[in-house]
Amino acid sequence: MAEHTVTSYEEELRNLVRRISEMGGQAERMVAQSVQALINSDWGLAQSVVADDVLLDAAQRELDERAILVIGKRQPMSVDLREIVGAIRISNDLERIGDLAKNIAKRVIAVSEHSQPIQLVRGIEHMAELALDQLKDVLDAYADRDPARAESVRSNDEAIDAMYTSIFRELLTYMMEDPRNITPCTHLLFSAKNIERIGDHATNIAETIYYIRTGEQMPAERPKGDRTPSLTAPRPPALGGDGAASPAAGE
Amino acid sequence: MMENVSFATAGAHARAPEMPVKMFGRKVEVFYGQKQALHGVDLEIPERQVTALIGPSGCGKSTFLRCLNRMNDTVAIARVVGDIRLDGEDIYDKSIDVVELRARVGMVFQKPNPFPKSIFENVAYGPRIHGLFKNKAHLQEIVETSLKRAGLFEEVKDRLDEPGTGLSGGQQQRLCIARAIAVSPEVILMDEPCSALDPIATATVEELIDELKQNYTIVIVTHSMQQAARVSQRTAMFHLGRIVEVGPTEKMFSNPDDKRTQDYITGRFG
Repeated sequence: MAEHTVTSYEEELRNLVRRISEMGGQAERMVAQSVQALINSDWGLAQSVVADDVLLDAAQRELDERAILVIGKRQPMSVDLREIVGAIRISNDLERIGDLAKNIAKRVIAVSEHSQPIQLVRGIEHMAELALDQLKDVLDAYADRDPARAESVRSNDEAIDAMYTSIFRELLTYMMEDPRNITPCTHLLFSAKNIERIGDHATNIAETIYYIRTGEQMPAERPKGDRTPSLTAPRPPALGGDGAASPAAGE
Repeated sequence: MMENVSFATAGAHARAPEMPVKMFGRKVEVFYGQKQALHGVDLEIPERQVTALIGPSGCGKSTFLRCLNRMNDTVAIARVVGDIRLDGEDIYDKSIDVVELRARVGMVFQKPNPFPKSIFENVAYGPRIHGLFKNKAHLQEIVETSLKRAGLFEEVKDRLDEPGTGLSGGQQQRLCIARAIAVSPEVILMDEPCSALDPIATATVEELIDELKQNYTIVIVTHSMQQAARVSQRTAMFHLGRIVEVGPTEKMFSNPDDKRTQDYITGRFG
């Protein structure tokens, strides 16, 4: 696209985009490190993730302020307005991703105090790899303004949801086997849920990129892979029949 | 007779009600001597809506506006070709009385240009030359109604005999609007009506435009993208003497189809 006649306006917009890329890189790093800390029971690494979250929060607030300033000064139209509103939305998603990584990091001590079967953290590690791939893809799609790539990020989210469902079942089994597993497994379950939410935020970002580029909302609802709500539905004792089969209210 | 044309606004941007076509131009070409200013412009103007004409300087939007009430007749070297119709009637037909046409299609200019007369006489001027009043009381009533419709009456009711040129810029522009509507026009053409006004006066005039569209068809030329987005229901983008895109204002300013429109409204050229 051609450049703005006013170069300082052009520079302000570029600056927002640059900041989003930086925030994206930081969020990505925090997610990777929090999962690494969980797997290796590395409390030091976990603490650094918690500390990094303060910076990401500050970056998000600063981006908001700058974006509002650009709107006030330039009264942007059309694709520029979408670019700025998109930056506000994406920075919000990235800030939430940072919070979720911090939450995983905070669970490192609680989980590492107990011994847990190695295959459990392997499942979470694999799930985190999927989520990180999604995050990387969506940040690349943002850099390239590529709506097709954004669409593929959204459709890939199903795999993370399915993985979460499988980890959920697995952890439930361990908890039923031995009540001493309940504490570490609950923390791991929350960690898995956090990773699943990170995938959802990547999907939100994908939808925003599509909107920035095309001016239209991404068509049709994305597929749902999280089947856990139906797994926990209580079975009414007296009614019999298939009372447990409440419709899955996916997130 | 004019065919039954209407504006079916489709899709997500269907906000403005369907309105019949009040005026239209087909294959309009304008020459100033050897220089061609308009190259076959087609535009339909819906009744009782605000149509905004936008585009960079020299793109032909004011030239087109001036064709709509034959203001170009006053330019010796100007030559207009094509078909321009008001309620299906060819306004360039020999049988058309140009003075009467300009009463039906009034105009408000960029710079407020009140006559060096009293406020009352500024508004009474049109009805006087067109003989549109029965007696003095009727003329009084026309002046009062026009000033009220232009949102100026309350501010000037105690000093109607003072010179119109003594008013503030925004008041002068509203006086010119009152003068235009005193002859009960059907269409009001506005050529950058707010470009010489401060933000408050601009806001007052914009609000007035919004009210006026209930009774009049309005065509406005503006260099302010925000103003076009705020006041109009339809927008036509001119470039190098041609219309490159025309459509519902909401779509034109959120997601235009033409790259030139996109670049112009976002400040990338022009």
